[in-house]
Amino acid sequence: MSRQSIAKAHEKIQELAWEPLYHEPVSQYGTDYTFAKAKKKDPLKQVLRSYFPMQEEKDHRVYGAADGAIRGNMFRQVEERWLEWQKLFLSIIPLPEISAARAMPLLFRNVPNPELHNGQAIQMIDEVRHSTIQQNLKRLYMNSYIDPAGFNSSLKNFQNDYCGTIGRQFAEGFITGDAITAASIYLTIVAETAFTNTLFVAMPAEAAANGDYLLPTVFHSVQSDESRHISNGYATLLMALADEGNHQLLERDLRYAWWNNHRVVDAAIGTFIEYGTKDRRKDRESYAEMWRRWIYDDYYRSYLVPLEKYGLVIPHDLIEESWNQIWNKGYVHEVAQFFATGWLANYWRIDPMTDKDFEWFEYKYPGWYDKYGAWWENYSRLATPNGHNPIIFEDVDYVYPSRCWTCMVPCLVREDMVMAEVGGQMRTYCHEACRWTDVEAFRPTYQGRNTPNMGQLIGKREWETLYHGWNMADVVTDMGYVRDDGKTLVAQPHLNLDPSKMWTLDHMRRCPPFASPNVLLNEMTPEEQLAFHADYIRQGPGGRPAPAAV
Amino acid sequence: MTTTTERSLPQPRFTDAEAGAKEFPDSTARNYSYFTPQKRKQTHYEDVTVEVQPDPRHYLSQGWLYGFADGQGGYPLEWTALKAWGSDRPVPERFPGSGGKGYDWPAHGWHEFRDPNEEWEMTFYRYNSNVVRQITQNVDSARETKAFEQWNPNWVQFVERNVGAWMHVEQGLGLYLFANANRRGPTNMHNTAMAVNSMHRLRFAQDLALYNLTLSDEIEAFDGEAHIETWNSDPAWQGVRRVAEQLTAVDDWAEAVFAANIVFEPLVGELFRSGLVQQAAPRNGDYVTPTVVGAGEHDYAERDLRYTLAMFDLLVNDKEFAQHNKDLMNQWLSTWTERCIKASRDLQPLWSQPDAKPPRFEDSLDRVKSRFSEILRQLGLDDPKELTL
Repeated sequence: MSRQSIAKAHEKIQELAWEPLYHEPVSQYGTDYTFAKAKKKDPLKQVLRSYFPMQEEKDHRVYGAADGAIRGNMFRQVEERWLEWQKLFLSIIPLPEISAARAMPLLFRNVPNPELHNGQAIQMIDEVRHSTIQQNLKRLYMNSYIDPAGFNSSLKNFQNDYCGTIGRQFAEGFITGDAITAASIYLTIVAETAFTNTLFVAMPAEAAANGDYLLPTVFHSVQSDESRHISNGYATLLMALADEGNHQLLERDLRYAWWNNHRVVDAAIGTFIEYGTKDRRKDRESYAEMWRRWIYDDYYRSYLVPLEKYGLVIPHDLIEESWNQIWNKGYVHEVAQFFATGWLANYWRIDPMTDKDFEWFEYKYPGWYDKYGAWWENYSRLATPNGHNPIIFEDVDYVYPSRCWTCMVPCLVREDMVMAEVGGQMRTYCHEACRWTDVEAFRPTYQGRNTPNMGQLIGKREWETLYHGWNMADVVTDMGYVRDDGKTLVAQPHLNLDPSKMWTLDHMRRCPPFASPNVLLNEMTPEEQLAFHADYIRQGPGGRPAPAAV
Repeated sequence: MTTTTERSLPQPRFTDAEAGAKEFPDSTARNYSYFTPQKRKQTHYEDVTVEVQPDPRHYLSQGWLYGFADGQGGYPLEWTALKAWGSDRPVPERFPGSGGKGYDWPAHGWHEFRDPNEEWEMTFYRYNSNVVRQITQNVDSARETKAFEQWNPNWVQFVERNVGAWMHVEQGLGLYLFANANRRGPTNMHNTAMAVNSMHRLRFAQDLALYNLTLSDEIEAFDGEAHIETWNSDPAWQGVRRVAEQLTAVDDWAEAVFAANIVFEPLVGELFRSGLVQQAAPRNGDYVTPTVVGAGEHDYAERDLRYTLAMFDLLVNDKEFAQHNKDLMNQWLSTWTERCIKASRDLQPLWSQPDAKPPRFEDSLDRVKSRFSEILRQLGLDDPKELTL
């Protein structure tokens, strides 16, 4: 269709919207926001007659590239270090995508403008596209990459491993709680508009540098839909801003959504990009540099700040603090170290860092070696079984961290850890912003205002709780992370596929029992808890124990 | 003289990381291992769909992390009154030292549903692209051959008002019933099938709207906005509108889909489309409208009804709750059949509007009643007494 005829067609399909005369559509999702009915324009301006062939054409390119990758033996050139992290990433990402599809109906009754619903329905099916095209990519990796273990079990293992909950927030945050908080502010205004840049643009570039051109093919195709979704979010945001009564909620939700996205996405994608790559050219951008460009400059300065004039209160302090965490407090490095510490509770293999990696980290993040170098040398030393236990049970100057109750990334920047007693349970938080999210934001009143539609943080939020007192052989068996010989672990702290170098259940059986930090914390007296906190915030960097008191 | 500066490029290298390069535990385990396929081999559709939406009853060891204000998270099975085997078992309790295991896969019968259309993104876009291309070609061809000049004058008015009015049914149900239901179902297979159903309807709505636009350009007397007035106030259409709105007001997602695809579509949708428009159009010089309407009819009859039958067939044959489900469906049949028959009868004046008359209304109604009964037979359900109204 020509551009002119699309415009005319789009105008025509506006006639499809109608208001009910006899029965109101069911209202199943509440919000504390208020929206005035006003004539709005569909920001997507998408007509299905042109939309379907456009998506089909994009599909042809994706599947053509997939064919080419197989015929061209792409997997002879992919870096195993990179593909192993894809076992985690491609477990996570189909769920947020499909959750975004499921989130769209949350907006129908709460944003009372039928003109916007057309765009939301198209976003719904776009997200079905993303989820299934990504599942298909993982299937191709499983079939064609040397080690299918972890790909073949991904949707079981993602749902029970020790870092799955971190990624799952990026999905569940879209579909529950206050409908506008979830499906508009968290999903479209922050997750899609800010963080898909690092997910779908920065990360694919790194994949290509590691010999994998399929991931960029699929994810750039996905990203070309995201720009349309951003328009959906923007239209809803402007409507929300039109009502002064919403400003307090917008401020709350931007703070929660920004901080949670930073904690979750920067943890995962930062680790993939910095620790999953073999490309150590000094002039390739680090994750911090990418973040500064894509998120700080492109999102914060170019998108968010101009909205201030409409009354939006922007969490400048949290945005600066996120940068501070990434640049000065080593957030990504602390997370990667944690993922590698618990390698045995994962379902992918984590390659040790080499001298070349050390050199690059030191160049990009001056002071890195002093903080993390010795630990990674220990990781290499302890990588293959040789009479010792996995690194988590060895003395390598690392204190196993407490989980953050809110974002479920552990409290890795130790000095920032705060505690609060909630419902008779002592909880730990990685940062004051996460304490605020649990204790103040996700509550039925907020700053004296009733917020009856705000969601709740639920679930067994500390993975370690489930396995308190267990032997690791039983933990790994319970989770199903064992290869088809019945004893070799899926996860390994190295890339050597020689069975004699791989860890087995027998090695795990020799380990001491595993303990939950939160269970232990709640067994302490109040005085012991205070002492625990005082010690904890003196730990680090790199998880080091607190220096002995003088 | 040309000078070149050295470019910084990544250095791909030979890694030999392709399948089969080495033998080790799991080196040949190249199937998704977390679900049981419906047939002997896992299908492509199953691989990209099954288990993307997790379930605390089997693998989701820490449960849902975010809840609504009432503390419910995820996709509660209670969002429909229907039950599949295992539904009444509580979510396994996890506590300090409990381990993470839930029930063995699939934990309950809802996970056994597979969309027989095997819809995922690739099949979905190919199918719908083909449909819109075919419709565009048909309408273009009609325009080039001046086919619209052969229409009877009354038929022009019939199409502008009545075929036009149907677009609103598709739009309303597509958005507020089927798209809405895509948040409500217990598994990814249910929700994806309902999302696809939603897009069929929205596409058909737009097909009708854009066809209407073409007719406005091609036929001088064609009033492109008459459909709005018809939908808003024509008494013949208010019964259909009332039921369409009632369908969007149902809280139980399964009841809404059942009422729409098992009851409303045969008794009202097919009555109007196949029992009237498709029959009357050729007699009034119109061979184009049936190709546009036929695409929507095909979506329902060949695809959307197919997945709906598969979905409810599991439930009426459920090893634990078959009778419970049948009793509920019988109640729904009773409620919705009465409403739909009333809406159908309200449409009766339309049968006398075209110059060249279609088959009698009662004959068309008898035909869709038989079709409706046949659908119920496939589910092992009996005709509700309201069918005789």
